[in-house]
Amino acid sequence: MRRRLLVVMAVLTAGLAAAVVLALSVGTVRIGWLQTMAILGAKVLPLPVFWTEAQETIVLALRLPRVLLAAIVGSSLSLAGAGFQAISRNPLADPGVLGVSSGAAFGVVMGVFTGLGAGAGVLFLPLFGAAGALVAAVAVYGIASIDGRLPIQTLLLAGVVVSLFFSSAIMVASALIRAEELQGVVFYLIGQLRLADYPTLGVVVGCLVVGTGLIYLQALPLNLLAAGEEAAAQLGAEPERVKRMIFVACSLVTGAAVSVSGSVAFVGLIVPHAVRLCLGPDNRLVIPASLLAGAMFLVLTDTLARTVVAPAEIPVGAVTAFLGAPFFAYLLRTRYRSVYP
Amino acid sequence: MKAVEVYDLAFRYRNGRVLDAISFVVEAGEVLGVIGPNSAGKTTLLRLLSRVLVPEAGKVTLFGRDLNALTKREVARTVAVVPQEFQVAFPFTVGQVVAMGRYPHARGIGFETGEDRRAAEQALEETGTRHLAGKYLDQLSGGEKQRVVIARALAQEPRILLLDEPMAHLDFNNQMEILRLLRRLKAERGLTIILVSHDLNAAAGCSDRLLLLKGGTVLTAGRPEEVMRAEILESAYGCPIWVGADPDTGRIRVLPRL
Repeated sequence: MRRRLLVVMAVLTAGLAAAVVLALSVGTVRIGWLQTMAILGAKVLPLPVFWTEAQETIVLALRLPRVLLAAIVGSSLSLAGAGFQAISRNPLADPGVLGVSSGAAFGVVMGVFTGLGAGAGVLFLPLFGAAGALVAAVAVYGIASIDGRLPIQTLLLAGVVVSLFFSSAIMVASALIRAEELQGVVFYLIGQLRLADYPTLGVVVGCLVVGTGLIYLQALPLNLLAAGEEAAAQLGAEPERVKRMIFVACSLVTGAAVSVSGSVAFVGLIVPHAVRLCLGPDNRLVIPASLLAGAMFLVLTDTLARTVVAPAEIPVGAVTAFLGAPFFAYLLRTRYRSVYP
Repeated sequence: MKAVEVYDLAFRYRNGRVLDAISFVVEAGEVLGVIGPNSAGKTTLLRLLSRVLVPEAGKVTLFGRDLNALTKREVARTVAVVPQEFQVAFPFTVGQVVAMGRYPHARGIGFETGEDRRAAEQALEETGTRHLAGKYLDQLSGGEKQRVVIARALAQEPRILLLDEPMAHLDFNNQMEILRLLRRLKAERGLTIILVSHDLNAAAGCSDRLLLLKGGTVLTAGRPEEVMRAEILESAYGCPIWVGADPDTGRIRVLPRL
């Protein structure tokens, strides 16, 4: 088990590294992958310079922040998806589907709206996002749960309701807000990666680290929850505590991610699902693997988003939705039946 | 040694169903059959004994220790439950499901130790489910699945096993298989077993003593031949019941009279 985890993590880390190098090399200006690696490597190793200054600027100043952002957002959303799926015992749960991303976006908009998120307060926007996400998550749970269970039908409907509610609230708020204070409604509703400054990125990473820790500590109890809360309690787990912890942690990472990227749809659905297909449902593997696979997935989809119609760009959220919506439909038709008799 | 002592236990659901003034004792290594009509409180009693529910009044001790003073994991190391329904939301294999029974013994993140693997192996072995370890629960027959759920409970290495309708939905052969397994567990592991069953014949056949519940209270308790009497069962179930003996084995048999 421990060895399997190490092997999986090693393979995924290598995959992520390859994805990052690819993402840094392609674009309107192509840069060889060897040069790209050398430019990165020169930061820590004394390497002979065989690249131009322009190339170095493109890789380090223009592309790297966005690639890092993609990696962190992808990780965060996948982690949140894995967490929400485990506590709802439902492979279709994800921050977007549940309306948690919309709640997070609304939280961020409120942060801007109230002026608390201006100036130095920008660093607190991820936390506004987390608060909004938590409100949405609790609302969805409250609406959807029947005797402590979350049936798929009510869960999806509650997600739609909450998501529409917060999306509308964002539109109202953004109509009242001066345009230059807000990055635009589309940014929040569809999800787009922009250049983020490093301090903000730092806060998002901090949230991700804390969230990962909280969720990973619950990996084994989350496995037990697959057999239901009563069965988990009879094994000595504390389902209510686990659920609360996961709600808070998933909201934290979702909120932080949404504050820098808007709500990028379906990442939290696709990635943990693909991971479970390959590795099985054990959360001690699924959670860390989703973290790395999610980073890899969004780095690659964002590369696609900015190169496929170059020099124009499509929001990465549109690309993930294009991939995710059919995938979701497929899951609903196939998996759902075998998993929920 | 007394495995379970229950004094004056009371519990009330929000929808009004109650359990009241329940007292009984189960000796270590004994099989207690809990019987009674629908909504008599049998499953509720099991939930109280595994502390999924907390009683309103009264006291439960397990091997002399107050149930409320134990941590949840201590409870789970003492009592294992085989629930009426068992479904797993994600495609865990039989081996993984059984290994989950090790949770009350886990530390830290909970990677399996050698001890965990040994206990899970033994549980699979004892229930004859080792060959199923790589399969998924929904690939199993009813009887196989029930034995896997029992294996999961055994992996906990409990001293007390609570089973809720373990023979429901099973055919005769599989019912006998489960009964033989329980008898073996009692003999070999020295397990104390509390068995809830609607099947009076099965309950009488494998229990040392019976507890007959009705409307949330104890109607009668005693050895099977003391409880399985027509007038007692008729007052519990409210229908005419025939009580007789198997002509070959002499065992008590009951049948509702049409």
